[in-house]
Amino acid sequence: MNWEIVMGLEVHVELSTKTKIFCSCTTEFGGAPNTHCCPVCTGMPGTLPVLNEKVLEYAVKAGIALNCDITRYNKFDRKNYFYPDLPKAYQISQLYLPFARDGHVDITTPSGVSKSIRIHEIHMEEDAGKLIHSPYGDATFPDYNRCGVPLIEIVSEPDFRSAEEVVAYLAKLKSSFEYLGISDVKMEEGSMRADVNLSVRPYGSSEFGTRTEMKNINSFKAIERAIAFESQRQIELLESGGTVVQETRRWDDNKGKSLAMRSKENAQDYRYFPEPDIPPISISEEMIKELTDAQPEFAHEKLERYVADFGMAKADAEIITSSKHLASLFEKTTELCGNPKETVYWILSQIMYFMNERGVLPENITLSPEKFARFIGIVLSDRINRQTGKTVFEAMFFADGDFDVEKYIVENNLEQVDDTDLIRETIKSVFAANPKTVEQYKAGQTKVTGFFVGQTMKALKGKAKPDTVNKVLTEELKNL
Amino acid sequence: MQVTKELVGYVAELSRIKLDEAQTEKMQSELGAVIDYMDVLNRLDTDGVEPLSHVFNITNVMREDDVKPSYDRELLLSNAPERTDETVIVPKTVE
Amino acid sequence: MEITTMTALEIARAIKNKEITCADAVNAVLNAIDATDGKINAYITVCREQALQKAEEIQNKIDSGELTSPLAGVPISIKDNICTKGVKTSCASKILGDFSPVYNATVVEKLEAAGAIVIGKLNMDEFAMGSTSETSFYGATLNPWDTSKVPGGSSGGSAAAVASGEAVCALGSDTGGSIRQPASYCGVTGFKPTYGTVSRFGLIAYASSLDQIGPVAKDVADCAAIMDVIRGKDVADGTSLDVEYPEYLTSLTGDIKGMKIGVPTECFNEGLDPQVSAKVKEAAEVLRSLGAVVEEISLPFLDYVIPAYYIIAAAEASSNLSRFDGVKYGFRSSNYDGLTDLYNATRSEGFGDEVKKRILLGTFVLSSGYYDAYYRKALKVKSIIKDHFDRIFADYDLILSPVTPTTAPEIGKSLSDPLKMYLSDVYTVSANIAGLPGLSVPCGFDNNGMPVGLQLLGQRLSETTVLNAGYAYQQATEFHKARPEVK
Repeated sequence: MNWEIVMGLEVHVELSTKTKIFCSCTTEFGGAPNTHCCPVCTGMPGTLPVLNEKVLEYAVKAGIALNCDITRYNKFDRKNYFYPDLPKAYQISQLYLPFARDGHVDITTPSGVSKSIRIHEIHMEEDAGKLIHSPYGDATFPDYNRCGVPLIEIVSEPDFRSAEEVVAYLAKLKSSFEYLGISDVKMEEGSMRADVNLSVRPYGSSEFGTRTEMKNINSFKAIERAIAFESQRQIELLESGGTVVQETRRWDDNKGKSLAMRSKENAQDYRYFPEPDIPPISISEEMIKELTDAQPEFAHEKLERYVADFGMAKADAEIITSSKHLASLFEKTTELCGNPKETVYWILSQIMYFMNERGVLPENITLSPEKFARFIGIVLSDRINRQTGKTVFEAMFFADGDFDVEKYIVENNLEQVDDTDLIRETIKSVFAANPKTVEQYKAGQTKVTGFFVGQTMKALKGKAKPDTVNKVLTEELKNL
Repeated sequence: MQVTKELVGYVAELSRIKLDEAQTEKMQSELGAVIDYMDVLNRLDTDGVEPLSHVFNITNVMREDDVKPSYDRELLLSNAPERTDETVIVPKTVE
Repeated sequence: MEITTMTALEIARAIKNKEITCADAVNAVLNAIDATDGKINAYITVCREQALQKAEEIQNKIDSGELTSPLAGVPISIKDNICTKGVKTSCASKILGDFSPVYNATVVEKLEAAGAIVIGKLNMDEFAMGSTSETSFYGATLNPWDTSKVPGGSSGGSAAAVASGEAVCALGSDTGGSIRQPASYCGVTGFKPTYGTVSRFGLIAYASSLDQIGPVAKDVADCAAIMDVIRGKDVADGTSLDVEYPEYLTSLTGDIKGMKIGVPTECFNEGLDPQVSAKVKEAAEVLRSLGAVVEEISLPFLDYVIPAYYIIAAAEASSNLSRFDGVKYGFRSSNYDGLTDLYNATRSEGFGDEVKKRILLGTFVLSSGYYDAYYRKALKVKSIIKDHFDRIFADYDLILSPVTPTTAPEIGKSLSDPLKMYLSDVYTVSANIAGLPGLSVPCGFDNNGMPVGLQLLGQRLSETTVLNAGYAYQQATEFHKARPEVK
């Protein structure tokens, strides 16, 4: 039988506000255990939550970006359960009136499938703490630093049919939130986490099969592996006459399999009820308009514009718009130097190289558009050649603070040599030093021309203007 | 509304409260009486009435996103029944 | 000068006039505690050294002119569900163990800033769940008028301490009558403010949408003076109201001419002790004689207030008390196997029976399949009750009723019939459901010499009206001045 995989996603995204959702502790990642805490986020008796206004702003921005209806009057609810990572024994979340509903995200997969994923709802909630398990003996150590870090949970409809669609969707969310500047969206650090609801059914069937929910998926790679494993597990189960049990399963990336969580954790009755400590949230038309107007140009919109306005190749535009930081560096530099083509050249040749080979992250790039533009100006004015340019670019890229391109070129004596006489002299000494190669040229082996160029450049420490070297060399070769 | 022993057991488990046989029976009768009494609410027609959780119609009570220093960890842990220098201790939550 | 019979304002004036010192006041209260608390058990913790030290500090500030508040130097005692930094706060429960808060409740901060001196922490029903103060892990508080009787609850320690002179004044908390009812049973004055008027930050929650902190004192003027200090918007409590607050003490004129007072006929039906009924009706006549217009009105929803109240309160309590799980603070059972058992053992050993029952009830009304029929239904009834009160208060300034159907019952009688005990809250819970301010003032004694209380309810944020009516009544009567001899 042919089986179709049906999936819905619940994606948790940590918002990058400075403080927690209900208290003024820092949200900074890491820190020694229980050092980013106060009586409120550790659930001390008598404490009360007060909502961080930035959380609402960021959340509504996300809701607008995902084309949702913003719930004008929304509320918080309590979700009750006992666990050591949840000091109050309830999580403040939104069940009855989430702040956003009925949105959609348009995706295109690498294999060309274009579709719209429907968003059921988005709600705000607080993150739980982290449990550190002792490798020695029966002990777990709760670290409450993460307690109260603001989250939005994006619940999709069961619209996914392949891992590829899931990955495209997550990439789109990641990019959108990065452009919005509302989250670090790092799956590896847990600032974006996806739970996958998965079921299988015979192709053509319109009924849904029994689904399982997979948690603890921490990377894009893991998600593909988890989907492959779980769908295969369900198919094999059904084909061998078994039935799928509706349950929560934990993805173990090391073992490469999903495991059922204990039945106790499955049988939940969360007893949601309206949070009495937090007055309702009312979102005005003004706020929605203001945040709608403030929506940034997203990656796919920039991509189209780059192709249309700058004649950029689509593949190049995809790379540059893959990061808000790269796109911003590109746009600002281009505006200053007026040469998009040159800007793209340096980004793709140099910055991409640093990213791929040296692990540079776009958000950590300190190179300012001003310096970048001045550098391009210098290259275009022929003061340095491209080869030297790479050395200069690297020095500039990794320098801190007050790097002066001009000064660097002068101090290191890197200016381009365009002195015809000097170049001619050098070529002559190259000929003199390599008599056998000269013989070969004379015998018709014109391929050795490149060797002469190389030796000449080397003798001039790479600073010679390539055009001039070529021109003079051609003349001198005729004279041989 | 019939309050069964099973219902008492279910609610006790959700509440993380252990009841022995005698306590279960006592709770069954006392909760039964109270819940029976609560059923008088069914005499009141509440169709079309919106549930009210906050008596004041206030909204958007929020604070600014300004970091304040966190508490001293030693102070936060000072009431813990079992602890290390860094955290409280609970029985292992994973096998 | 007998300091223990003086009101808070009188003590502050005497200190200001250098007739007595802060230390005199503190010592007088400590001596009273030493003399009678062995009999009535109003305190869980007495902060002897700390209070004496504070007395010295405050005295210096008063002498230097730095402190001029009407409460400067006044000893005050705090119900043990209000957090006091570094001072054990137990909610009268085993489960909190020797829990010592790392921060002060906002009300405590405000009182200390005004120069009040915290004497100690007062006994109560465990987690404020009860009407008798018998469910305390630290033993029952007894009524100073007759130690075979309960002082009421849950703020029984607050009322008993003020009545006996073991406290000059006190803070209590009121979720369904927990200030007004014990004030009535003990012959003192208790005020439950409009929901949101006093910050709940630092009040260990029973039912968050109903809880309010308020004063228990010897008279209305003291209540008003304490309210002037503790009321106000608190950024740490999102439900505290950001409104313009009047000065309560200075608004006590005693003039109630033309004030319209409604007396609900349903509050005088069977179930009300005839002696209580008579005293409350006499009180209504006193108010009429002072110029108020007193008319009969109807509260047709009175049958529904108790079920709605207990559903809402229990539901919120079941959630609020989940944090007491033996993990972070307080008691942890020494007898468990694994995490779930740690929770089960700690909570089973740490909570008393009444608390367990309300947690189970609250869990039930929120659980899957019952939420709509009970919890959601109760919130709809709450809406109906609030609307009805709003209609009444469009025509009337106050609602007058008894505080309780009877005077203080004997120890041990109430807990044996829990439903009856719940029903005795019938006159008080409405104020919590609708967020109204409510005042309990002494209005006489029954044949056994036990105090009877009069309740005055007003529209939300009409504290000045409620307090002024109570003040006018106390100007015209002497019941609030009677003091028991603790035997």
